[in-house]
Amino acid sequence: MKQGSRFWAWLVFGVGTAYFILPLLATFEFSLRKRRGEYSFDAYRSVFEDPNFQTTFTYSVVVAVFTILLGVLLVVPTAYWIRLRLPNLRPVVEFITLLPLVIPAIVIVFGYIRMFGSNSALPFLATARGTDVLLVIGYAVLALPYMYRAVDTGLRTIDVRTLTEAAQILGAGWTTIIARIILPNVLIAVLSGAFLSFAIVIGEFTMASLLNRPAFGPYLQNIGANSAYEPSALAIISFAITWGCMSLIQILSRFAPRSANRPN
Amino acid sequence: MAEPFLSIQQVRKSFGATTVVQDFNLDVEPGEFVSFLGPSGCGKTTVLRMVAGFEEPSAGKIVVAGKDITRLKPNQRNVGMVFQAYALFPNLTVAQNIGFGLKVAGMPKADADRRVAEMLDLIKLPQMGDRYPYQLSGGQQQRIALARAIAPKPKLLLLDEPLSALDAKVRVSLREEIRSIQKKLGITTIFVTHDQEEALSISDRIAVMYGGKAEQVGTPFEIYNRPATKFVANFVGTLNVLEGTVTDAASGKVRVNAQEVSLKGKLNGSKSGDTLSLALRPEAISLGRHPGRDSSLSGEIAEVHFLGSVIRVRVGIGGSTVSLDTFNSPATPPPAVGEKAEISFSSGDMLVLH
Repeated sequence: MKQGSRFWAWLVFGVGTAYFILPLLATFEFSLRKRRGEYSFDAYRSVFEDPNFQTTFTYSVVVAVFTILLGVLLVVPTAYWIRLRLPNLRPVVEFITLLPLVIPAIVIVFGYIRMFGSNSALPFLATARGTDVLLVIGYAVLALPYMYRAVDTGLRTIDVRTLTEAAQILGAGWTTIIARIILPNVLIAVLSGAFLSFAIVIGEFTMASLLNRPAFGPYLQNIGANSAYEPSALAIISFAITWGCMSLIQILSRFAPRSANRPN
Repeated sequence: MAEPFLSIQQVRKSFGATTVVQDFNLDVEPGEFVSFLGPSGCGKTTVLRMVAGFEEPSAGKIVVAGKDITRLKPNQRNVGMVFQAYALFPNLTVAQNIGFGLKVAGMPKADADRRVAEMLDLIKLPQMGDRYPYQLSGGQQQRIALARAIAPKPKLLLLDEPLSALDAKVRVSLREEIRSIQKKLGITTIFVTHDQEEALSISDRIAVMYGGKAEQVGTPFEIYNRPATKFVANFVGTLNVLEGTVTDAASGKVRVNAQEVSLKGKLNGSKSGDTLSLALRPEAISLGRHPGRDSSLSGEIAEVHFLGSVIRVRVGIGGSTVSLDTFNSPATPPPAVGEKAEISFSSGDMLVLH
């Protein structure tokens, strides 16, 4: 009986692994076929040598960094305050943060275009820099569900109220409490949210395309429409970036400060 | 009495329609160690949190060293506090935890380091500066929390059930350590606890609280031996309560289970025919007649518990049962259940509860 259940467990595991790995292997194998009759990394070389790859990738990385900063500045104090003083509002805030999963990015970006056009009171779209700012804001909204969940889960693992009171009675103000006590104790959760945000921003197409910004997402789409082997190489590169982010989360979580209430 | 260092005046706290603290008054002298003792929900922690500034009183005033601090924020009060759950910052080392308040106050690093070392010596953990809280035992963490609270030299030290999360042995040693450090520094301290032994053993005075009010404020000796109310008498220590009826108010005669006891001068205006609750501590009662004990009651041995050095005997007297402890003596066998017995006591030790 035990032997049998083990067999089925391994079978399910094997089928699941094959389901995920085979398309990836096929894509990887196809990406190596650029040179006729032999395997080569020509497609990868071609991608990395393309100046548009470097420009768009760098642009997306910079936008991702700003998105993460905006997300942290917005979400950490909000989630902290909700937990500390307004726990009744938590379901409402959770609902709001989940809205970007329900409302398509295209709706959000059209809203932005109507709201912040050249003739509006806040003409973000009148300049390239303004559009970049709007894109960062838009991405922060798209990443909100992931960032909020991650930070809120992190806050759940510490005794927010007592730590806040302990810091307050020692003379600390709100900025010191958030910067020196709360943020370092939820850093891993913040990093998880940050890397998820990074992964979203790197591949995002709709907003960048409709706001006409030179981001990595539209570049991927453009290459996919016009080349044969490079899109496969880019797909593998994108996977590598995402996996790299996930691995970083795992590695950094080993260095998390351990709570007095949860030793080891 | 000298000018009080801490004065809590007519303080009330309501959450919506519920009043959790009502008309609380207390004056604490400089360097005094006062315990708030009471059952869960009696308002003792709420009063402490109002002194700390975490709760704002609905009415009343809190004055420290002549300054009204009622509306001041917690970080402006210069008060130290130790929490039940330690509340050490998990991301900081022991030294950084102790130095946190000093850094926030802007103390130069060299001075702060010196003060941290001084605090580590004071709590007898000089080698622990580089450790993280999760690497310490509960008792060690609470000592660090104490050091952190007193490092910035606060005017007042507040201890919110700091020993509740610790095991019995550590609790006893740490409470003695807290008291000795408090005496050494002469810091005015408020200690919240629901453990009467803790409060009796280390306090200068105790405020016994019930239903949001201070039922009695007094020294441990007064609280234990002269409880002002029925609640204090029942809550502090073990108490035998007997119902009695005043038969002759003028001569102080009271009938207890068809037997007469003389309580001259203790009836406090009770009239003949009034029913009274009479209380006796177990240690004030002896089995059998003893010289100097002017009152006695007869009954029957109901239970005998052999506890080693002490034998706890419960004697049934009419419808009531009285507990008393006698020392174990190898030469004298313990009384048997069902035996007739007489208990004696001094009428002066009997408390009339109102």
